[in-house]
Amino acid sequence: MTAATFAATFEARGLTCIRGERVVFENLAFSVAPGGALLLRGANGTGKSSLLRICAGFLQPAGGELRWNAAPVAGDLDAHRARLAYVGHLDAVKPAFTVAENVAFWLKLSGAGTRAETALSALGLGHLASLPAAYLSAGQRRRLNLARLAGSAAPLWLLDEPTSSLDDASSHALLTLIEAHRAGGGMAVIATHQDLALTKAETLRIGAQ
Amino acid sequence: MNVFGAIVARDTRLALRQGGGSYWTLLFFVLTVTMFPLGVGPDLALLSRIGAGVLWVTALLAAMLSLDRMFQADFEDGSLELLSLAPLPLELTVLAKAAAHWLTTGLPVTVLAPLLALMLAVDPAAFPVLMLAMLIGTPILSLIGSIGAALTVGIRRGGVLLSLLVMPLYVPALIFGVLAVQAALDGLTPRPHLLLLGADFLVALAITPWLAAAALRLNLE
Repeated sequence: MTAATFAATFEARGLTCIRGERVVFENLAFSVAPGGALLLRGANGTGKSSLLRICAGFLQPAGGELRWNAAPVAGDLDAHRARLAYVGHLDAVKPAFTVAENVAFWLKLSGAGTRAETALSALGLGHLASLPAAYLSAGQRRRLNLARLAGSAAPLWLLDEPTSSLDDASSHALLTLIEAHRAGGGMAVIATHQDLALTKAETLRIGAQ
Repeated sequence: MNVFGAIVARDTRLALRQGGGSYWTLLFFVLTVTMFPLGVGPDLALLSRIGAGVLWVTALLAAMLSLDRMFQADFEDGSLELLSLAPLPLELTVLAKAAAHWLTTGLPVTVLAPLLALMLAVDPAAFPVLMLAMLIGTPILSLIGSIGAALTVGIRRGGVLLSLLVMPLYVPALIFGVLAVQAALDGLTPRPHLLLLGADFLVALAITPWLAAAALRLNLE
């Protein structure tokens, strides 16, 4: 992963989100450069998750548009999906599968050649690889979900409160992962309530205006 | 194709794992068919006449009971969102999930059908046609079922609603499936019925992935 492969910018212009006839946010704009990180801050219900879901293409914005390298994202959603890794509130963990089986499936789908062991050890789950995921704690499930990122070749990471229920060591491992991703030219948009120690991260306050 | 296979393999393994529900569905099929000789009584002539119908209706119920596992669990734990981001059109993801559903319900039901047909005093001469008809017909149940499963994915305990949506669409498969076996029992050619069943399968294959994928996209918003 070199900066050259990811030389693109991800930007939003005039984004408006309406949920259930309520305007969640209006006229939102941001821009993330290669290697950039954007922290979404704001009180509960101000639309951080909705913004991430719009960025991921699950939700259509009521107004405005997203652009990737100046080209509208809506024009080719399949290509957009291929370049993002999304971590939502739910951990997508199958209790009937072992820890390794869980992460191996998602790695296989993403087409990244990373081995499950490598991805797991990035978040300190290596020793639990053969344990059924049903026995994991909330924090461990979260780490299992985040382990997908360790093998991801996607240039754009969309993370929704990724540090929730993580202990300090795991948060640190996650930040290391994000910084490595950015060093390779990747971008991250992160909704969070905590002060994440990311270098040169921009902050977008939603609901503040 | 690699991703398609990975989803089929994952769903099949999940269904066969503890709590996956595939065995319960098959046990339901066997037990429900067993109820008929007990309920109708030892009238072999009557049993052999209704045998094909009993097998088909029960196969239909078994397929329907297991439909909710096609998308529901993946929707609730967030896997469906990630699957929709996978480098595979959502239509093909639906097809992969329907295929896995068929492998873990329709296929074993087809294999078990002759055994249970024996119990219902169906003439063994009709077994090849029975199995062939089920082989063509049970994938229809999984395909059409995927629409109902996708539509009701956001509804908790949507099982009954799912049945109401799907059951009317199962009627052609039921009719031609039973008629094929009946024709074989009466010494007539089952060919036209099997061909119509095949046509039903092809129509379902061509249409259902699009409808189910559209329903899923709405539910993912």
